[in-house]
Amino acid sequence: MTHMVELKNTLKKNTMFFALIVVMVLFQVMIVASDKGSLFNPANISNIISQNAYVVILASGMLLCILTGGNIDLSVGSIVCLVGAVAGTLIVNMNVNIYIAMFLSLLVGLAIGAWHGFWIAYVRIPPFIVTLAGMLLWRGVAMIILNGLTISPFPADYLKYFTSFLPGEADSTVIYAVTLSVAFAACALYVVLQILDRIKKIRKGYEAEPLIMMIVRLVLICGAVLLVFWFLAQHKGIPVVLILITIIVLIYSYFTTKTVPGRHLYALGGNEKAAKLSGVNTNRVLFFAYANMGFLSAVAALVGIARFNSAFPAAGTNYELDAIGACFIGGASAYGGTGTVGGAIVGAIFMGVLNNGMSILGIDANWQKAVKGIVLLAAVVFDILSKKRAKSR
Amino acid sequence: MAKTLLEMRNITKTFPGVVALDSVNLDITEGEIHALVGENGAGKSTLMNVLSGIYPFGDYTGDILFDGSVCKFNTIRDSEHKGIVIIHQELALVPYLTIGENMFLGNERGSYFNVNWNETHSKADSLLKMVGLTEPSRTLIKDIGVGKQQLVEIAKALAKNVKLLILDEPTASLNEADSRKLLDLLLDFKKKGMTSIIISHKINEVSYVSDRITIIRDGAVIKTLDKNKDTFTDDDIISGMVGRSLVDRFPKRKPSIGDKTFEVKNWTVYHPQYEGRKVCDNVSMNLRKGEVVGISGLMGAGRTELAMSLFGKSYGVDITGEVYVNGNSVNLNSVQDAINNKIAYVTEDRKGNGLILSTPIAENTTMAKMEKVSKHNIIDKDLEIKVANEYKEKLKTKCTSVLQNTGNLSGGNQQKVLLSKWMFADPDILILDEPTRGIDVGAKYEIYCIINQLVAEGKTVLFISSELPEILGMCDRVYVMNEGKMVAELDIKDATQEVIMSCILQSGKRS
Repeated sequence: MTHMVELKNTLKKNTMFFALIVVMVLFQVMIVASDKGSLFNPANISNIISQNAYVVILASGMLLCILTGGNIDLSVGSIVCLVGAVAGTLIVNMNVNIYIAMFLSLLVGLAIGAWHGFWIAYVRIPPFIVTLAGMLLWRGVAMIILNGLTISPFPADYLKYFTSFLPGEADSTVIYAVTLSVAFAACALYVVLQILDRIKKIRKGYEAEPLIMMIVRLVLICGAVLLVFWFLAQHKGIPVVLILITIIVLIYSYFTTKTVPGRHLYALGGNEKAAKLSGVNTNRVLFFAYANMGFLSAVAALVGIARFNSAFPAAGTNYELDAIGACFIGGASAYGGTGTVGGAIVGAIFMGVLNNGMSILGIDANWQKAVKGIVLLAAVVFDILSKKRAKSR
Repeated sequence: MAKTLLEMRNITKTFPGVVALDSVNLDITEGEIHALVGENGAGKSTLMNVLSGIYPFGDYTGDILFDGSVCKFNTIRDSEHKGIVIIHQELALVPYLTIGENMFLGNERGSYFNVNWNETHSKADSLLKMVGLTEPSRTLIKDIGVGKQQLVEIAKALAKNVKLLILDEPTASLNEADSRKLLDLLLDFKKKGMTSIIISHKINEVSYVSDRITIIRDGAVIKTLDKNKDTFTDDDIISGMVGRSLVDRFPKRKPSIGDKTFEVKNWTVYHPQYEGRKVCDNVSMNLRKGEVVGISGLMGAGRTELAMSLFGKSYGVDITGEVYVNGNSVNLNSVQDAINNKIAYVTEDRKGNGLILSTPIAENTTMAKMEKVSKHNIIDKDLEIKVANEYKEKLKTKCTSVLQNTGNLSGGNQQKVLLSKWMFADPDILILDEPTRGIDVGAKYEIYCIINQLVAEGKTVLFISSELPEILGMCDRVYVMNEGKMVAELDIKDATQEVIMSCILQSGKRS
């Protein structure tokens, strides 16, 4: 009985994840039916990952902003463009050492985020206004730096950190073997950590989840990881950017679920007055969320210039909307206080698959936009309705 | 024999898994004041929601006969059309609109595209006079107090040609004087032929105002008492509500009082918005170990403001004065300072200022002292769940699990979570601001027991309450506050309701 309830809750919590699988299958059927290849083509899987890396990075940061009370950061796209321009100027035009250039670029992003955070947290200007101003301001500054021109190409030394594959130039059997061994190693590590955690829980007399649930969870997650890596193994191997976003996602989900400042984000968004009266420094939490968003925008910018091998005036256009959309599709509340990094990532992949599937089908770009709009609305409506029903029950 | 205005026959309403109302019968005679009493979750509000159309026809079984005809309400509008108006516990007024605009909201004067503001405000003014309000109807709602807002709600109901007025806990957020005023107003309306239903927890009010009392427990009517046939005794009503007789409403305690733990000298606080207005004026007081000290006073006396300004200057500006904890002078400039000095403030507004309703019980429990469940800022979630469970057992919080969201709990259980949160913070001095507001008799008793347990452990409790019987039943010493000043300090042996009220009234005359 309790197992059934738990199973139901798990299903309910992960509705968007199952919706994602349904959408993938749907596209696959349509693509195969119209004889246009396959969504699950190894090269295409690899492509989806590098295409959407920036959304995953930005959504991780945007989620923190949304958690603080449904606040969004509109300036993200412009910061991406500006930091790209700075990095381009330093690396290409001025031949600065790559590491120093990357460091300075991240610093610029952090400084811009801190600027927003200052006005939002300490002067209490609404985030919408501050970041709208930032959106105009930083795009303008970027144009000034670029002088309206495109900076390219970037040196191979730089590109290799973001666009190459592991294990690099090698025989296809070597690639296959290395990729799969990494996958198995990751899965083994995950399983071992989970088992250790369970043993610790039981030994200390804490409540542990039912064994069967744990096994199902482990099998599903490891299965998904192995499947993705199996595809990657048949192409060029592991994209470096996948490692980068995995690290970012792990850090941010750990931060939001396991740390005190992470908990404070939820508290602030859930009820600011209560958080304050519990001794939470709400201003500092709010400041941190926006400063961090600036930093992650800079990371996304470094990934972006490598992917396009150029810094250009239109870079980053509408990136903020992709990130916001990913968070909301992933179940974050527009009022703040609820949402998970995992959800935002599912949302990001959802949007990515949608883009990719429609492109393969050869759907006109204008139509693609319209469809995305409807899907965003439908996803959130679906999520809210299913939660409503769960509540009245 | 007076005619029956409303008859509800065999009303049954089920939520999945729960029978909220089990073939309830209720009849209301024209021109009476009928009280519905019962513990939280007994089904009073559900019954009224069925009546007012919030749960549409077909969602329940049974019949509603109003004014001689069978009614099938689908929305609140349908029931209001018939003259049934419900005033909810949480006031539904828009703070930045005027009184007049609020009163005719959804019921605007003039035409759809051309609202007649002159008619609106003149009608509003005359209705306001009927409820005894002298404020002009162009005043913004945010500028008047809660007591007056409650009266505006009633005036709003009058504007709808109300035949049956339903008040859900109308006095929950009012002090004794304002409550009495409201109840007298109801009696006044009764003379003019209005019928009303009042839902309340406060037994003295119910027996004061009502002609008949219907007691509901676990979704069923237990009995109906009639003023003409039965006498309303507290014991009858309480035993009907809780299904057992409460021998004593306040648990006994042997006071063992020690040294001074907390002292305030010359504490003055200014209002954050109105310049130059003193909210606390030269207040001095002291608390001792193992003691329950009450602060009594009318709404607006400055009790909450005093407590919050002491608690890390969470309220007010230009605060001056000295605070001593265990004889040492301390500066409490932030909530963190206060917590570090082992002071806790349990707010009167648990939903607004106390709990984070969107997060689980466990997370609320540890909020004020995360250090105890974390190392280097990393939370030990298993430990967190364990301690939350300990407090759940200790305070007998009713919930399916400590991972349940706090928003899904009843008021009494939410209050227990709020208390757990501050008990978890290991305070020596607990400031409890209206800790029993809006919770039922059984839960109140449990909260009193928790307070006794706390002082038995050597803690100090500062107990702020608007209910005089509670202050008299629980405290060792009482401070009386009025208009920001401490006007009296009474030993509990000398304190009675009359003495406290006269302290307040005389201090009012002096100034």
